[in-house]
Amino acid sequence: MEAAQDGDRAAYERLLRDIVPFLRAVVRPQHSAPDRIEEVVQEVLLTIHRVRHTYDPARPIRPWLAAIARRRSIDLLRRRARTAAHEVFDDTAYETFADPGANRSLEVSAATEGLGEAIAGLTPPQREAIELLKLKELSLAEASSLSGKSIAALKVNVHRAIKALRQRLNGGER
Amino acid sequence: MSGETERLIGRLAAAAEPVRRLRPPLLRAALWLTSVAALLSVAILLFADLHVFAVRAASRKLDIELAGTLLTGILAVIAAFELSLPDRSRAWALLPLPTLALWILASGYSCWRHWLAYGPDGWVIGESANCFRFIIGVSVPLAVSLIVLLRRARPLAPVRVAAMGGLGVAAIAAFALQFFHPFDVTFMDLGVHAAAVTIVVAAVAGAERAAERRRERAR
Repeated sequence: MEAAQDGDRAAYERLLRDIVPFLRAVVRPQHSAPDRIEEVVQEVLLTIHRVRHTYDPARPIRPWLAAIARRRSIDLLRRRARTAAHEVFDDTAYETFADPGANRSLEVSAATEGLGEAIAGLTPPQREAIELLKLKELSLAEASSLSGKSIAALKVNVHRAIKALRQRLNGGER
Repeated sequence: MSGETERLIGRLAAAAEPVRRLRPPLLRAALWLTSVAALLSVAILLFADLHVFAVRAASRKLDIELAGTLLTGILAVIAAFELSLPDRSRAWALLPLPTLALWILASGYSCWRHWLAYGPDGWVIGESANCFRFIIGVSVPLAVSLIVLLRRARPLAPVRVAAMGGLGVAAIAAFALQFFHPFDVTFMDLGVHAAAVTIVVAAVAGAERAAERRRERAR
């Protein structure tokens, strides 16, 4: 460190490299995530750089390093707690945009949810007809051979199912 | 070691200009205190009524009060310089407390005597307003010069350091006040002195906290 204070860059780089494991050990008890520890270590290195003129070569270096590391680590915890106290996490906030078109996917998925429930509430023949003809988009002939029901029966069930769904989705208005 | 840390070390090493080491904190405190002592001595010799002071100084009580004030000032300044360095114990903050207690007790005793002599009629602002102005007026320039020196260490806990420096400066101002104070401390005085000292400590610490917040936001 003494050489670093006099401007010996190679010595300074060696020193910084050598102290990283020590700094990491000092801050580890206060932070759990490995990437957090690395972030704190980087902050500590920056602080060491800024206050390197305060090191007295006549004194041991470890207490000096440890004091800086602990102090910065606590500062970062506080800053993080302050930020967390002022922010709320709302997942829909990330998907709500000023442009209405951009929100469509969100609205569509909400509408589909309602439709799924409505379909689940149909009678089994109606549900089968809707699934084959409208959701899977099969032809009447294909649907008939797959379900073993007549084309006329399928037509009637689809018609009734759509009527029932319309009623259910519009809250029975029509 | 992560690549980012590695790169940071490279950048810091490349930017490592030679730095001037700070001199030992005790020496720096002594230099500041000596220059302040010189300034105040000149001011006292020029403006104070030393005759009145000599009469008052004959009392043991005033001597104790003066010693308490002056020692609080000196010790708080030394503690501030020590605390400004990263590896000094936080216990330095306790250094001026015994003499601070002595100062408070000695002036408290004066107040009590004054109360016995005058009773509630002693509650007049009177000269106290001048004392207030004196303490604040002397403290401000001293505080500015002290904070400039303390900041050279880029203290990790700047508010604590500034509060300690503020106490030292206010105590020194209160000591100097005694030379311009032709009477014993009354309880009104004590309140005014305490308020002035508190204001100085709070103002210095508050200014330092605001500066710290600004630095944090800039980062």
